Amino acid sequence: MSFIAPNFRHPEQGANGLGLRRSDYEGALSTLCAGCGHDSVSAAIVQACFEMDVEPHRVGKFSGIGCSSKTPNYFLNHSHGFNSVHGRMPSVATGAILGNRDLLYIGISGDGDTASIGMGQFIHAARRNLDMLYLVENNGCYGLTKGQDSATADLGSVSKTGVATELYGLDLCALALQSGASLVGRSFSGDKSQLVQLLKTAIAHRGFAFLDVISPCVTFNNTPASTKSYDYAREHIDVAGALDFVPHQSAIEIDYAEGEVQKVHLHDGSELLLEKVGKDAGALDDKTAALAAMNRAQDAGRMLTGLLYLDTELPDLHTVNRTVATPLNQLGQDELFPGLDALEQINAEQS
Amino acid sequence: MRPTNIEDPEYFHRVVDCQYACPAHTPVPEYIRLIAQQRYAEAYMVNWESNVFPGILGRTCDRPCEPACRRGRLGDGEEAVAICRLKRVAADLKGDVGRMLPSAPGEFNGRKIALIGAGPASLTVARDLAILGYELHLFDDQKKGGGMMRSQIPAFRLPERVLMEEVDQILNLGVVTHFNRRIDSLAEVLSQDYDAVFVGTGAPRGRDLEIPGRSEGAANIQIGIDFLASVAFGHTSRIGRRVVVLGGGNTAMDCCRTSRRLGGEDVKVVVRSPFSNMKASPWEKEDAMEEDIPILDNHVPKEFIVEDGVLKAVTFTRIEAVYAEDGRRSLVPIEGLDPVRIDCDDVLIAIGQDNSFPWIERDLGIEFDEWDMPVVDRATFGCGHERVFFGGDSAFGPENIITAVAHGHQAAISIDLLCRDRDVRARPLPTVQQGSQRMGIHQWSYDSPVSDDIRHVVPKADKDRSLEDRTVEVELGFAAEIGYAETQRCLNCDVQTVFDAPRCIECDACVDVCPTDCITFTEPAQSEEELRTRLTAPALEPTQPLYLADGLKTGRVMVKDENLCLHCGLCAERCPTYAWDMQKFLYHVTQAREEPTEPIKWVSVL
Ligand SMILES: Cc1cc2nc3c(=O)[nH]c(=O)nc-3n(C[C@H](O)[C@H](O)[C@H](O)COP(=O)(O)OP(=O)(O)OC[C@H]3O[C@@H](n4cnc5c(N)ncnc54)[C@H](O)[C@@H]3O)c2cc1C
Ligand SMILES: Cc1ncc(C[n+]2csc(CCOP(=O)(O)OP(=O)(O)O)c2C)c(N)n1
Ligand code: SF4
Ligand code: SF4
Ligand code: SF4
Ligand SMILES: [Mg+2]
Repeated sequence: MSFIAPNFRHPEQGANGLGLRRSDYEGALSTLCAGCGHDSVSAAIVQACFEMDVEPHRVGKFSGIGCSSKTPNYFLNHSHGFNSVHGRMPSVATGAILGNRDLLYIGISGDGDTASIGMGQFIHAARRNLDMLYLVENNGCYGLTKGQDSATADLGSVSKTGVATELYGLDLCALALQSGASLVGRSFSGDKSQLVQLLKTAIAHRGFAFLDVISPCVTFNNTPASTKSYDYAREHIDVAGALDFVPHQSAIEIDYAEGEVQKVHLHDGSELLLEKVGKDAGALDDKTAALAAMNRAQDAGRMLTGLLYLDTELPDLHTVNRTVATPLNQLGQDELFPGLDALEQINAEQS
Repeated sequence: MRPTNIEDPEYFHRVVDCQYACPAHTPVPEYIRLIAQQRYAEAYMVNWESNVFPGILGRTCDRPCEPACRRGRLGDGEEAVAICRLKRVAADLKGDVGRMLPSAPGEFNGRKIALIGAGPASLTVARDLAILGYELHLFDDQKKGGGMMRSQIPAFRLPERVLMEEVDQILNLGVVTHFNRRIDSLAEVLSQDYDAVFVGTGAPRGRDLEIPGRSEGAANIQIGIDFLASVAFGHTSRIGRRVVVLGGGNTAMDCCRTSRRLGGEDVKVVVRSPFSNMKASPWEKEDAMEEDIPILDNHVPKEFIVEDGVLKAVTFTRIEAVYAEDGRRSLVPIEGLDPVRIDCDDVLIAIGQDNSFPWIERDLGIEFDEWDMPVVDRATFGCGHERVFFGGDSAFGPENIITAVAHGHQAAISIDLLCRDRDVRARPLPTVQQGSQRMGIHQWSYDSPVSDDIRHVVPKADKDRSLEDRTVEVELGFAAEIGYAETQRCLNCDVQTVFDAPRCIECDACVDVCPTDCITFTEPAQSEEELRTRLTAPALEPTQPLYLADGLKTGRVMVKDENLCLHCGLCAERCPTYAWDMQKFLYHVTQAREEPTEPIKWVSVL
C-alpha cells in the first residue's frame, strides 16, 4: 500500500536564493484522480515559487470548493491557507488582503467555483483589482460532483455523460478583462514551461492577476469530443507570443531584433520580455486589441494562450482606498485610537 | 538517441545494480523480499541456486554488490543496503533446508569428470554437474574440502561449522573425494578415462620479500598465507608479542587479526601505499583498527635487522605517492628522512599471491602467457586442450569466492556441452520472468514505501573474549528484527518501471509526482549526450542507462534516467491510463542443468 511519498529527492536538486529546495515548496501527496490536470498546475506553482525565492511563510492560499479548490493542500505546505465555501473565495481573500498587504495571495478556483456559483464574487474581485493571483483550473465540468457541465463547457462539447452541451461557454479571460483585471493570461496544464513563466509574471505583478488554465478532468471530461481534453488542448492551442520573465536580481541582456519583443517593467523590478506575434499584435495594455485577438482565435476554433493583457499602471484596491500600509495586526493602540485631538482636526477639515 | 529495447534482458538487468554487479548475478532484491516475509529458507535457496555458499558468503563475500547499490547514490550519508549481512540472516534463520536441496539422480550418467582442487570453484562445478548425474572425482592435497575458505579465512570470520555445512551439501551429492592427494601431473590425469578435467587449484603461492636479512631472520619471518594455513590446521598456536605484518590486502588484515589472537599484543600493519589505496576492503581495515592494530602507510620495507641470529626489527624507507599527469602512481622516497625502525619478534609477509602450475606439462596443448599463466577463454573457461577447463583463482589470478563460483557455473556448462557433443561456445541465454506487481490502484505486491533508516550496524562479540579465542566469531549477524528493518531499505530495483507509450496521454502526472525527477517528456535528440543535459534533472551518471520510448501522440519521447529511481511506484500509481506499470523482472543465469527457455511473462492481475 502506497500513498506514502518517499522523502528522498534528487541529490543535485539545488537550493534557491533563500537556501530552500524545491521540496520545501511541496505539499501533501495529492488525493486527486491520477492524471488530473490540477496536479500539474500545483507542480507549476511549486516550481514558480521556488524559482522566485518566495518565502513560504509569507504566502496566503485561498480556495473555494471543488477538486481544484482542494489543491492548495498539495503545494506550499508551510504557507497560510483558507479553504472557504463554494464560490466565496474572493470575499475571504479580500478580507485577508485588506488586513495585510505584505503577503503574496494565491487564490485557486475552478470553473464551477468561479463561473457558476462564484461569478458575482469573481467579477467584483477583478473590478477592485485586488492584489492577488487568481487562478482557475478550468476543466469545463464540476469534477468533484461527478462531472456535470459547467458554465465554461463549450457549445457542442461532449463529456463522459455523452450529451453535447447546448449552451455557449463563458470565456473567463474576456470576463476578467472587461471587469477590470490588470493581468489576464491563459495557459494549459500540459504546457508547464509557459505556465511557470506566466505564474512568475503574475506573482511579480501588483493587482489582480487572472490566469485561466485549461486543466483536463481526466475522469469525467477527457473524452474524444470534449473541448477540454488533453488532446483537444494540444491540437487547438495558439501561443500569443513567447514569454520570458527576467527576475530583477539578474540583469540579463538579451539580444532581440528591433520590434520583435516588448519589454515590460513589473512592480518588483523584474522585467518581462514578450515576443510579438503577427503584425497586428497590439500593445500589451490595449484591451480592445486583446479582446479582438481572443475573439479571432475563438472564431477560428483555436484557443489563445499566453499573456493576453497587462496593465502595470492600474491602481489596486489599496491605492484606491488609501488603506494603511502597515498590516492591521501590527497597528498599536496609538494608531487605532488617535485620540480627541485627531478627531477634532478631522472635523475641522470637514467643516 | 534510439528507443530502448526492453525486450533485451540485459537492459533491465543493468537496472538491478546489485545483481548486475554480482559475478554470479544473484537475484538480491528477490531474496531480500523473502527475508522481509520471514521466508528464510526460500531466501536461502534463492542464494544457494546462484552463489552456492550463502552462509559462507553472508560472512566473507567481497560484496561487489554493495558499492553498486543504488541506495548509496541517494545522497549524503546514504550507504548501500547491507546486502551481504542480509544473506547471512537468510542462512542463520533458514532452519532445515534438507528437503529443498536437489539430489543426484542416484545413477551416474556414464560421464566421468576430474576436479583438481576442492575450493569454491571446483565445488560449484561439482554441484552443478552432480545433480545431472555426472560421476565426479574431487582431488585435493588437504584433508577436507573448502580450499582457501578453509585454509585461509580465519575461524573468527568463518566458523568451521558454517563452512562444513555448505561443503557437505555438495559432497553429499555423491561426489567421489580423494583428499590428501596432490596431483603432480596433468598428463597422468588426462591419460585416465575422464571425459573432462577441471582445474581449480587456486593461487597457492604467497609472494616472498627478498630484502637484506631475509634468510638470516628466516626463523621468525613467515609467508602470510602459509602462516594462516598453519593456524587453521592447528600446527601454529603462538606468535611473538610484537608482530609486524607487511602488506595492505585482506590477507594482511587476516594475518594481523590472527596474530592478536595468538599472543601478539603489539601488532602493526605496515604498507607501502597510502592508506586510501590499500587493497583491503574498508570494513576489514576498520575491523583491524578496532582490534588496536595501527596501520602505517607509505612505508617501504628496507631490511630485516637480525642480531646474533635473532630477528630484532624491520627498517623502512618513508615514501610519498606521486601521481603523474596520466594518473599513474609512483612511490617516491622522501628525501632526508632516516629509515624508520620497528622492533619486532615476528614478521608476516602478506604482499600477494601467485599461481603456480609446476604439475601441468607444457606439451599438452595448453598455452601459457608471459606471466606463466594458462591462456583461458573468459566465456567458456576452456583452454588449448579441449577437455581441460580452468576456474577460480587458477584461471586469471587471485580473486574471491564469488568470482570462483561464477567461473564454476560457466565451466560446468562447458563441460556439460562438451559431454553432450555440443559447441561449448554456444552459451545458453539467461531466462527471464517478468510481470506486473499491481494488486490495486495503490497496492503493490512489494513494499513500495522507502524506509528512511540509515544502514544498520552488525553487532559484534565482546572484544576481550574474541581476542582470547581465535574460533570465536566476531560478527554476530543481524537479529531477525534488525534484519527486517534493513530489508526495508532495499529499493526493489528489480521491480521495473515499464512504459507503454501508446497508452500515454502525456498528462505529466508521472513527471510531477516522481520524487527524484527521473522522468522527462521532451523532443527527440540526436545523441544520448545531448539528451542527458536537457532532462528534468540532468542525468549526470553516464554509467546508468536512460530508458527512452517513442510512439507518443505529440511526437515527443519519454526519457527516464534510471540512476536515482526509487522504484516507489508513484509514477504508475499516478498514471491514469496505466501507461506505467511496475513489473518484477527476475533475471536468472542459466546453469548447466537447465534447458534455456523463452522469456516468461507473468500475466498481469489487472
Ligand atoms: C587470507 C585470505 C583471506 C581471504 N578472504 C576472503 C574473503 O573473505 N572473501 C572472499 O571472497 N575471498 C577471500 N579470499 C580469496 C578466496 O579464498 C579465493 O579467491 C578462493 O578460495 C579461490 O577459490 P578456488 O576454488 O579458485 O581455489 P582455492 O580456494 O584456492 O582452492 C584450491 C585448492 O586446491 C588445492 N590444490 C592446489 N594445487 C593442488 C594440486 N596440485 N593437487 C591437489 N590439490 C591442489 C589447494 O590446496 C586448495 O585446497 C581470501 C584469500 C586469502 C589468501
Ligand atoms: C454551496 C454549494 N453548492 C454546491 C456545492 C456542490 N459542489 C461541490 S464542488 C462543485 C463544483 C466544482 O466545480 P469546479 O469548481 O469546476 O471544480 P472541479 O472539481 O471541476 O475542479 C459543486 C457544485 C457545494 N459544495 N456547495
Ligand atoms: S474528478 Fe476530475 S477534476 Fe476531480 S480530481 Fe478527478 S480528474 Fe481531477
Ligand atoms: S537498493 Fe536493493 S535492489 Fe537496489 S541495488 Fe541496493 S540492494 Fe539491490
Ligand atoms: S518508481 Fe517512478 S515515481 Fe518512483 S522514483 Fe522511479 S520513476 Fe520516479
Ligand atoms: Mg471544474
